[in-house]
Amino acid sequence: MVNSSVPSSVNGDGPPTYGGFVRIVKASKWFGSTRVFENIDMVVDRGKVLCIIGPSGAGKSTLLRCINSLERLSAGRIYVGGELMGFRERGDKLYELTDKQISAQRSKIGMVFQRFNLFPHMTAIQNVAEAPIRVLHQDKADVMRRSRELLARVGLSDKEKAYPAHLSGGQQQRVAIARALALQPQLMLFDEPTSALDPELCGEVLDVMRQLAHHGITMIVVTHEMGFARDVGDEVVFMDGGAVVEQGTPTDVLEHPAEERTKKFLGSVLGRSPSAV
Amino acid sequence: MRVLSKRTRRVAEMLEKGAAADLSTLKARPVPRPSRWIATVVVAVLIAMLFHGLVTNSAFGWGTVGQYFFSPLILSGVRLTVILTVVSMAAGIAIGILVAVMRMSRNPLMANASRLYIWFFRGTPLLVQLIFWYNIGALYPKLSVGIPFGPSFVSVSANHVLTALVAALIGLSLNEGAYMAEIVRAGILSVDAGQTEAARATGMHHRLIMRRIVLPQAMRVVIPPTGNQVITMLKSTSLCSVLAIAELLYTAEIIYSRNFETIPLLIVASLWYLLMTTVLTIGQMYLERHFGRGQTTMLSLMERNPW
Repeated sequence: MVNSSVPSSVNGDGPPTYGGFVRIVKASKWFGSTRVFENIDMVVDRGKVLCIIGPSGAGKSTLLRCINSLERLSAGRIYVGGELMGFRERGDKLYELTDKQISAQRSKIGMVFQRFNLFPHMTAIQNVAEAPIRVLHQDKADVMRRSRELLARVGLSDKEKAYPAHLSGGQQQRVAIARALALQPQLMLFDEPTSALDPELCGEVLDVMRQLAHHGITMIVVTHEMGFARDVGDEVVFMDGGAVVEQGTPTDVLEHPAEERTKKFLGSVLGRSPSAV
Repeated sequence: MRVLSKRTRRVAEMLEKGAAADLSTLKARPVPRPSRWIATVVVAVLIAMLFHGLVTNSAFGWGTVGQYFFSPLILSGVRLTVILTVVSMAAGIAIGILVAVMRMSRNPLMANASRLYIWFFRGTPLLVQLIFWYNIGALYPKLSVGIPFGPSFVSVSANHVLTALVAALIGLSLNEGAYMAEIVRAGILSVDAGQTEAARATGMHHRLIMRRIVLPQAMRVVIPPTGNQVITMLKSTSLCSVLAIAELLYTAEIIYSRNFETIPLLIVASLWYLLMTTVLTIGQMYLERHFGRGQTTMLSLMERNPW
């Protein structure tokens, strides 16, 4: 907790591409004097699924938003595919990236939000096709064909021309996943994708996410769905109070938690003792 | 208690008998509303009196109205009114977007400069502003291009550049800009922050987000008050008549100062204003429909009434 500066091992070593596709190194974030999280270290290998669980206010979502620079870290570094997010490192100095450079970094990362955030003035297919056409300047006919395929992949072929207001929450979230996939991202971030959904609509969204995991897309998922974390996660991280309390395989963390805080959290979430998961 | 039980018994009896009665329709005598009838009669009589007056009162001079409605002088006035409206409105919207963005800037100088602008131009009457611009030559006799506080390269007389028409255009535009700034700002603020965030997450940069995501959604909120502003602007151009600019009202004034047919010519002007505002209202309806796409209420409206 004492060390909030950057460790020397990261300093000036050039991009540390070793060990992990996503590397979060000594990451800390404050809003003014309020600490959100501190000294977080995480590594996600290519093609793996990392699930972050924990009570609200643990700093999970903010950490996720720091990965694609929607929030700025107060200290530490985040690397995706060997590339430092948000800054350029030259010698021991950091240079802020411009809006366009940060945007280019973000276009390689897909993100799905709790509240879907579909563009309401565009149809489902326009939502999916917007970024590939406007950001990557890809051929329009080509993008439309691929967008159609993506909507089919999330089971919404028949909703192509529907506006978000005419779709159910689960359908909107599936369009949002298709929109994020349209940029062919190297990494997908999910910020509590089922928390705003009625229980009976969660399944269809989780199914799509399962399917993605099987296709080998690297995913970081902040979730309250313990079943999903257990079945799909390669690794589970339990965060509380702005720190990583416990991390390991789903079996380790969810079924045989070592820490008292983890046991307590799982007990309250599942309404029974963790061993019964 | 006894009354109630008596009534209950009666209802029960009726229900027993009423097995044959028709329950499929619900017929009831409406509540009598005499006041509604009285009001209807009063308004009908007033409307009849109005039309009777319009037809029988020769002072309206309908013949004269017809005679001058398409007169070349009036038509040229209509044309100038349209030009004043379109140019000032376009400039006003451009200024408004700029000032709104400044107002939302994190730079306090920018935000306060924009606040000052809005405060001044909303806080003084348009007529005063127009006369002020018309007389600006008295304040700044020479207009120069050069280095601030330093030497000037080109210099012209203010009275030469600031003709009545230019003064009117500047006055109307700057005044409009102050109102449009607040309308545009309200529109931008009405768009959910999650929209910007989602757009950023797909790699869109700031200007692209404004153009493709925020402004199209802001339009839904911006258009109804802007429609109001255009109509107000169309009518406000009549204030330019005090600067002797030959717009619609001034051309009507020119004619009635010669033939003393004051009322018929004011009617000519009014009918033209009404005609133009009606066209604008219809145009606004189409614009609202275009930018309301994706809204649930708008979608159901379009399905019901594909006009």
